This record gives sequence, C-alpha cells and structure tokens, in this order.
Amino acid sequence: MNLQSVKTIYLAEMARSLRTVLQSIVSPVVSTSLYFVVFGAAIGSRISEVDGVSYGAFIVPGLIMLMLLTQSVSTASFGIFFPRFSGSIYEILSAPISYFEIVIGYVGAAATKSVILGLIVLATARLFVPFSIQYPLVMLLFLVLTAVTFSLLGFIIGIWADGFEKLQLVPLLIVTPLTFLGGTFYSIDMLPPFWQAVTLLNPVVYLVSGFRWSFYGSGDVSIWASLAIIVLFLAAALMVVNWIFRTGYRLKP
Amino acid sequence: MTLSSNPAPLSIPVQDDMAAGNTDTGTPMIQVESLSKTYRDGFQALKQVELTIRRGEIFALLGPNGAGKTTLISVICGLVNATSGSVKVDGFDNQTEYRQARERIGLVPQELTNEAFTTVWDTVSFSRGLFGKPKDPRHIENVLRALTLWDKRDNRLLELSGGMKRRVLIAKALSHNPQVLFLDEPTAGVDVELRREMWEVVRGLRDQGVTIILTTHYIEEAEEMADRIGVIRRGELVLVEDKATLMQQLGRKELTLHLSAPLEAIPAALSGHELSLAEEGHALVYTYDVAHQQEGSGIAGLLADLEATGIRVKDLHTRQSSLEDIFVDLVRESA
Repeated sequence: MNLQSVKTIYLAEMARSLRTVLQSIVSPVVSTSLYFVVFGAAIGSRISEVDGVSYGAFIVPGLIMLMLLTQSVSTASFGIFFPRFSGSIYEILSAPISYFEIVIGYVGAAATKSVILGLIVLATARLFVPFSIQYPLVMLLFLVLTAVTFSLLGFIIGIWADGFEKLQLVPLLIVTPLTFLGGTFYSIDMLPPFWQAVTLLNPVVYLVSGFRWSFYGSGDVSIWASLAIIVLFLAAALMVVNWIFRTGYRLKP
Repeated sequence: MTLSSNPAPLSIPVQDDMAAGNTDTGTPMIQVESLSKTYRDGFQALKQVELTIRRGEIFALLGPNGAGKTTLISVICGLVNATSGSVKVDGFDNQTEYRQARERIGLVPQELTNEAFTTVWDTVSFSRGLFGKPKDPRHIENVLRALTLWDKRDNRLLELSGGMKRRVLIAKALSHNPQVLFLDEPTAGVDVELRREMWEVVRGLRDQGVTIILTTHYIEEAEEMADRIGVIRRGELVLVEDKATLMQQLGRKELTLHLSAPLEAIPAALSGHELSLAEEGHALVYTYDVAHQQEGSGIAGLLADLEATGIRVKDLHTRQSSLEDIFVDLVRESA
C-alpha cells in the first residue's frame, strides 16, 4: 500500500473542504438546523408523540441521515468530477497508485467530512430538542457505514457524470426524494397499508429506521434488516467501483 | 526575460535518488514492443509500434496532428490501455509492475490543466506526495527556482499566465525526481522567447541525466533539441534515426544556377544531369545527394557541360535540405 499517496489525496480533499468552509460545513449545518426550528419546535409542539418520543426528537435521526446522504454524495461526486472536468485527473491516473488507493483517498475524505458534519448537526440539534442516545456505538457504526456507502455512490456518480447537470441529477432527483419519503418526518405506521408496502422498497427507510433505533431503541423495521441493507448497499457500490476501474469506464480509453 | 539574465537557469537535483533504479546502462529507459491501440470507435491510433528509448537521450517524436503521438505517450504513462503489445520502463512492465514503472515517469500534458484555486506551492507539493515521495521542501524550492516560479509560489494558479501555467506543469512533473520526462507538445502556443527558455530547461535536465521524450509538430524544435528523432504517421513509426544521420542520409543538396538568359527547355546535351527549370527559365536547379553519390557530386561535370553548350551562368548558390524537407518528404512518401 502506497500510504504516502493515499494520505496526499486524502489531505488535499480535506483541505478543499476547509478552503470552502462556508459552503461545505456551515451551510449544511445551518439548513439542517432550520428544519429543527420549523418542524421540531414550531410545528412539532402541536404534534403528539410518535413512537413514544416527542416529534422534535423523532425527526433528529432522519434529518441527520438526510444531511449525511446528500453531503456524502455531493462531496465525493464533486471531488472526483472536478479533476476529470479540469483535466488534472491525468496526474492521478499516471501516479504509482492502485485504483483501490485512489478510492480510499477520495471516498475516505468525503466520508470523514460527512461524519464530522453529522456529529456537528447532532450537537446542534441538542440545542433545540432534548433527546438521548441509547446505543451510541451502533449510532456511530451507522453514521460511518452510511457515510462510506454514499460517498462511494457519489464517487460513482462523479465518474459517470459528463457534465454538471448529471452531477446534480442523482442527488436532487433520487437521493433527496427517497430521504423525504424514507420516514424522516413520519413513522411508516402512519401510512395506509398500500403505501407502507411501497415504502419498504425504499432503501433509505432502512437506514433512517436503523439510525433511529440506535437513538430510541425502536424503528420501523428491525435493526438487523437495516444493517443487512446498508451492508448490501456497500457491497453493491464496491462492485460497481471495481467494475469501473477494471474496464476503465470514463477514465481510460 | 532573456536567458542571459537568468543566472542559474537550471540546477534541479533531479537525480538524488537514482541509486534506487536500474543504473546499469544496458537496460533501455523505455522499451515499447509491438504496441497497438484501437479505440472503441474502431480508430486505430497505433499500429505495431516498436521503440527503444536510450538512457539520457532527448528523443523527439515528430508527426502531424492526429498521428498518434499523444496516444503513444498516454499508453506508456498508463493513461490509455493498450490493445496489444507491451511497454517496459527501466525494465519494469507498465502493467504488472506499474508502481515501479510509473514512479520513474514525469508527464507534462499538452493541455494546460490544473486546479485553479490551489497555489503553485501546494499543487507541486501535491504531485510529489501523490507519487509516494516524502515531503522535501528543498527540492520543491529548487524546482520552482529553476523554472522561475519561486516568486509566484503563493499565487493561485488562476492568476498565472499561460506560460507560467505550463511551467507549473513541468514543476509538477519534476517534483518526484523522475528519471524520464515526457513533454507533450511543450511549446505549442508558446511565444518564441518562452520556447527558447523551455529548450534551455530541457537541455539542463538532459545534462543531469534525465531522459526526455518530447512530441512536437515543429520541425525546428526537433532539429534544435533532439538526439534522435522518430517520425510517426497514422499510428506507424515510419522512421527512428539519429538526428545527424537522418539529416546526412536524407539530406539532399540543391545547386541553383541563375542564368544570364532564360531557357525554354533543358537542352538535350544536359539531359544526363538531374536538372529542372525554375524561375520561369531564369534558373536551373540541380539536386544531388551528398551521402549517396559515389563519384562525387557531379557538379564539375555539369559545369563543364554548361560551358560546352554555351549557357552563361550569372550566379549560383547551394542549399542543404532541412529536417523540414525531410519530414515533408517522409510524410508524403508514406501517404
């Protein structure tokens, strides 16, 4: 393993986030906090408890998940798309490093940033709504697994996209809707039976549910189903990345 | 800025960790064997290319646009997958031993590509780290000074001129002490002064033992710089030769005789000589091949025959064909 090279890519990507601290850290924290204020404090005070916790507390895990998914995808996709767009990718591809090391550098940096953001939002949420975390280690495990998985997804999108439009397409048209419909703002018990069945096809439901389980000890689906889905997702993403590098898709003619 | 005002144009200690490589001069720096590349759209960019680059030489790859120069470089550097054939860098296969192979290579691409928002210092340091080398601020400083970028080290890349950006790309390629440097069209779109400066940089590197491969479609550049020249056309390496030999072998000379009175046709008495009429009959052009003519140039005989036919010669001059003529000939012949 060429640690020096991996470290170089990782640190350069982290530096990019720090250089654009307003856009990459402050803005997601502020926008997520607005959800807490509007849904948690303002509207939430008129809604009775959901699954035995106050509505404000109920939406915290889902909102962190929402931010985690969108940030992981956008950071990782932009991280690899930009060198492709500017042409400086030639340097990465001609360096004495394996594809796996390239992925660790880019995806590792994107996932790290997402986990840090997740923890910041978590701390911010605590200012608006009181809640406790029953299984902090499980919570961390979900945070890290989700961040890595969706950073991989972002990496794939960044390689697939051949323009800025496509780069935005997947996050806007797929990730965000799936998250909103993934039980962030409601328990799926609240839906009519037909829509409950449909919702179970949405993978984000399992992520939000598992994450919420680590907070309050209950979720829409079993914690094992949640873990299975995230691991499945991770494996699928790794397979696609492996295929991309084996075939040189969009990278090597 | 002129070269003379640049006191120490090049003192980049690029060789300080050469000991790790194959120092035995028997191994060629680059060994390309029956390399072919067909792109997905069916375009055959390289056809069975065989090429050996010697250690420490400047090799110019000459060819018209679209001949396959960049594809060849890209395959060697690992940016493009070959369809068949093999590439060895310092004895290391660029597929199975890509780490060792790529470590030895510095690549300066044709396009000015860089991350606009980073500083010169950061981007050059990044390149060094990316190639797995530990931090070495002294080396980076030397590289930047040698390329007259030291004063700009804290500038962001988007603030630099085109010539400066090109030098940043060279600095990036030199940041990890490569043994072989690829320069893809280093002086395309660069003004005359900067081009001279670039040549000086390249010579300085060669003097320190770096093998240099440059592509160009400026014949002048190959003529000025190269030790050996390869001519590539439609994916085929049609010729690889020492520059001096090439110029000698293919170098034809032309003797132009300006006549006092114009001729309408070449007199029958002179038909034994390789003559043609020029300047509407005011001049006779005699072409001869210095290297291949066994019984001398034949000029004495021609002059004697002219004397005999009574044609008066006002003036004469000779011209040795340049690499450009040779190149145009080659490309035309193989067309």
